[in-house]
Amino acid sequence: MGFGAAVITFPGSNCDRDMAVAIEKVSGREPLRLWHGDSELPDGLDFIALPGGFSYGDYLRSGAMAARSPIMKSVISAAGRGVPVLGVCNGFQVLTETGLLPGALMRNASQNFICRTVPLTVENSQTLFTGGYEQGETINIPVAHHDGNFFANEDTLNQLESEGRIAFRYAEPCNGSRNDIAGIINDQGNVLGMMPHPERAIEPEHGSSDGRGLFENALGALLEA
Amino acid sequence: MKVRVLVRLKPGVLDPQGRAVHHALEGLGFAGVEDVRIGRVVELDVAESTSNEDLDTMCRQLLANMVIEDYSIEKL
Repeated sequence: MGFGAAVITFPGSNCDRDMAVAIEKVSGREPLRLWHGDSELPDGLDFIALPGGFSYGDYLRSGAMAARSPIMKSVISAAGRGVPVLGVCNGFQVLTETGLLPGALMRNASQNFICRTVPLTVENSQTLFTGGYEQGETINIPVAHHDGNFFANEDTLNQLESEGRIAFRYAEPCNGSRNDIAGIINDQGNVLGMMPHPERAIEPEHGSSDGRGLFENALGALLEA
Repeated sequence: MKVRVLVRLKPGVLDPQGRAVHHALEGLGFAGVEDVRIGRVVELDVAESTSNEDLDTMCRQLLANMVIEDYSIEKL
């Protein structure tokens, strides 16, 4: 089997279609759409996207229920085998709740839902997801979240900083996140979680196409492989 | 067996919700409120045979997020 991407939908996901469209526009191939209750991932999958939304109505904590859904066991083991996993917004919350990424996403410091396009600084352009950007480049990507306030203890923050695992930082304070962190990668470099929505910025009609580079780089490497 | 689990933010973790409620209490004229922290109560009804270890595991695996929260278990 050739290139295969999948977008996972949980009850309450609402950016799954946008994510699927972004993947198809960039890769030219329609991703599989998987449901949270599926327990097995198809063989040969080489890109998994966890979309934004309000999975399970944000019951208990954002992402907490989705992180324990049947399909996530398979996603965790796929991530362990090195399969690239992208979690956006609620997808990022799910990734921290599973432990695939460190830290937690708390209520925005302002208590407000924040919905606007924000400037991000590309902090590490050497990752699978950010290789299409220049180091230190500013890109404009929309955010739309209530719980995007990244928290981790000092030791974890120091580790993320020193290991180059901060992929994106808010160029100006946004939601109270520690160290203005907007997106981080795991230690293997194959899992990225970010609050801003690159899939909402892939063509000029969106007002920004700065998110396209992320998909081009992550999917391009796989299409060539 | 009825069990009450109290989940609250660890000391030092900013609680914007608690802070907003604190301001609101002051706005209502209540003086001398030093701090407000908001947590969550989860009431469980479990089999009598449920062990303390099981309850602990439930808290660690799901009811609390150990990155930001502590929990305490009270059997009623």
